[in-house]
Amino acid sequence: MELTDEQLLAMHRSMIRIRLFEETAGKVMETGKMPGFLHLYVGQEAVAVGVCEALRVDDYITSTHRGHGHLVAKGGDLRRMMAELMGKATGYCGGKGGSMHINDLSLGMLGANGIVGAGAPIAVGAGFRNKYLGTDQVSVAFFGDASTNIGAFHEAANMACALHLPVVFVCEHNMYGEYTPTNKAMVIADIVDRAAGYGMPGVIVDGMDVVAVHEAATEAVARARRGEGPSLVECKTYRYFNHHGIQNLGLKYRPDDEVLAWKERDPIFTFEAKLIDTGVASRELLDATWAEIHAAIDEALQFADDSPFPAEDQMLAGVYS
Amino acid sequence: MSAADVPLPDPGEREITYVAAFIEAVKLEMAADPDVFIAGEDVGAHGGVFHTFDGVQTQFGERRAVDTPISEQAIIGLGIGAAVTGLRPIVDLMFMDFVLVAADQIANQAAKLKYMFGGQAKLPLTITTVGGAGLSAAAQHSQSLEALFCHIPGIKVVFPSNPYDVKGLMAASVREDNPVLFVLHKRMLGQRGAVPVERYEIPLGQARISRPGSDVTLVSWGKTAADSLVAAEQLAGEGIDVEVVDLRTLSPLDIGTVVESVRRTNRVVVAHEAVRFGGFGAEVAAQIQEEAFDYLDAPVGRVAAPFSPVPFTPALETRYVPDPARIAAGVRAAVARPLLGR
Repeated sequence: MELTDEQLLAMHRSMIRIRLFEETAGKVMETGKMPGFLHLYVGQEAVAVGVCEALRVDDYITSTHRGHGHLVAKGGDLRRMMAELMGKATGYCGGKGGSMHINDLSLGMLGANGIVGAGAPIAVGAGFRNKYLGTDQVSVAFFGDASTNIGAFHEAANMACALHLPVVFVCEHNMYGEYTPTNKAMVIADIVDRAAGYGMPGVIVDGMDVVAVHEAATEAVARARRGEGPSLVECKTYRYFNHHGIQNLGLKYRPDDEVLAWKERDPIFTFEAKLIDTGVASRELLDATWAEIHAAIDEALQFADDSPFPAEDQMLAGVYS
Repeated sequence: MSAADVPLPDPGEREITYVAAFIEAVKLEMAADPDVFIAGEDVGAHGGVFHTFDGVQTQFGERRAVDTPISEQAIIGLGIGAAVTGLRPIVDLMFMDFVLVAADQIANQAAKLKYMFGGQAKLPLTITTVGGAGLSAAAQHSQSLEALFCHIPGIKVVFPSNPYDVKGLMAASVREDNPVLFVLHKRMLGQRGAVPVERYEIPLGQARISRPGSDVTLVSWGKTAADSLVAAEQLAGEGIDVEVVDLRTLSPLDIGTVVESVRRTNRVVVAHEAVRFGGFGAEVAAQIQEEAFDYLDAPVGRVAAPFSPVPFTPALETRYVPDPARIAAGVRAAVARPLLGR
């Protein structure tokens, strides 16, 4: 399916929203104003954007501890996101979830998740719901390469296939499970090899190429919508920053030249070159998008800064409905 | 009018079993609400290994009575994902011991989801399971693990002792917008009792005085609450008038009913089938001393299992599980303790 210029520019915009949100969050964390852990999505933008552009607003996604990008790509409100990361009452979770539990049920975003692999069974539940009600909605489980070594992932993948549910499993293979190279944690190079074991089709795609991701996701989503069951899309990608925080070079567990080589294939900059080469956009237009989103992020940050922390009487609110 | 305000129906004449009361509740909820379904291992055609879902698939079909793979984490995940997107699932874990296999999905996901999401989500999920010892099922198929989940904010824990309560509590659990762990006791399944034909709800978080008495309060739940009534009858013959409080729901805990009773009787024993150390009885005892210290004429007594896995051989298992005789002994000890001069 040929993408329209409008779709291409929307994907460009969405990737920049993620990039600048994450870079800004990282800087704020360095100042000490942002509590907790921060697992940044920079480098992987093409995956969330390519997949979510293939989804409708009423489709469901489950996410990971590196989940900001998925919510941005699903249409998340940058102001409420930044406020949540800063623990403010105006945040998506009223300041009670933070980075690892950010969500927007109205956008079908069923939550980032602090437990590796735990989102996949929940995506299966949302897929079950869709089939049960006879809708054509799908659910997507985003997960990392390392989570495929966890029992919950296997259970979810098998159950989705056994019950023939409209679920798409999207693996973000970024080569590291926290601080351990994936090739020390499993002997297969490609997660897609696992798909056959569950009886679903799988495809490998360049996770730095938003158009390629979109194309693969579109096919998998269409298959699920048609009631033909789950598929697995493996996106080969890379996170620029450390597992947590914003250091990117000089890390003991990965070589700097590897980081620099992946950055040469940056999902946003390579895509911009294509947009210019193919006459979809001018440099000026793309620069204007960056400037516009810079302003939106600044505004989100201001909103978060200005927002109050939740009052102590909110401690118990929401433990039960 | 909230469920708490509705008077409970008279039990009537009809007697059915504990498991039949459960199935009746499940079927009534499924008939009333198309969003209610059951999923779990062998719950479909087979009706569950303990026959807790007998006839459900026959009546409601495979779409609404779903056999799953043996995948406890994914079973709970299926329930969470379906509940947060608008359905009202009943998902079953074959044995209570298997809650540990699914612990992340229950404790880290289901119980915390609403809170982590800033309260915006509803999670109407009922997790059913069968717990308890007494069938020589050994250490991995006999546990009473309710205390673990009482320690987790965000999930409710229900453990009924009789058919009447099973039916009413299950109806309330399914209609609950929070996750509920609903525990049946495997040795109670065939116990008969009077149960109304119609649908009714027993509100969660309300204990019941199942036997009024004046000398000593005996607090328990599940099968132990039934055994406590037997113990109370024995003790009545000895001139000890026992008031039995059946908690029915452990979380939220109706400590008010317990404390009110203790203030009248001035002596109290908590009995449960789980191991004594770190058991839920410890929480009940602690709250009693916080709320009624000045009314106590003796320390809060506890009757519970020893601190070991459940043994296989009947020779040991029958000594492991508190029975009416041991419960009665615990009550006698609490009553016999003299008041010391102060």
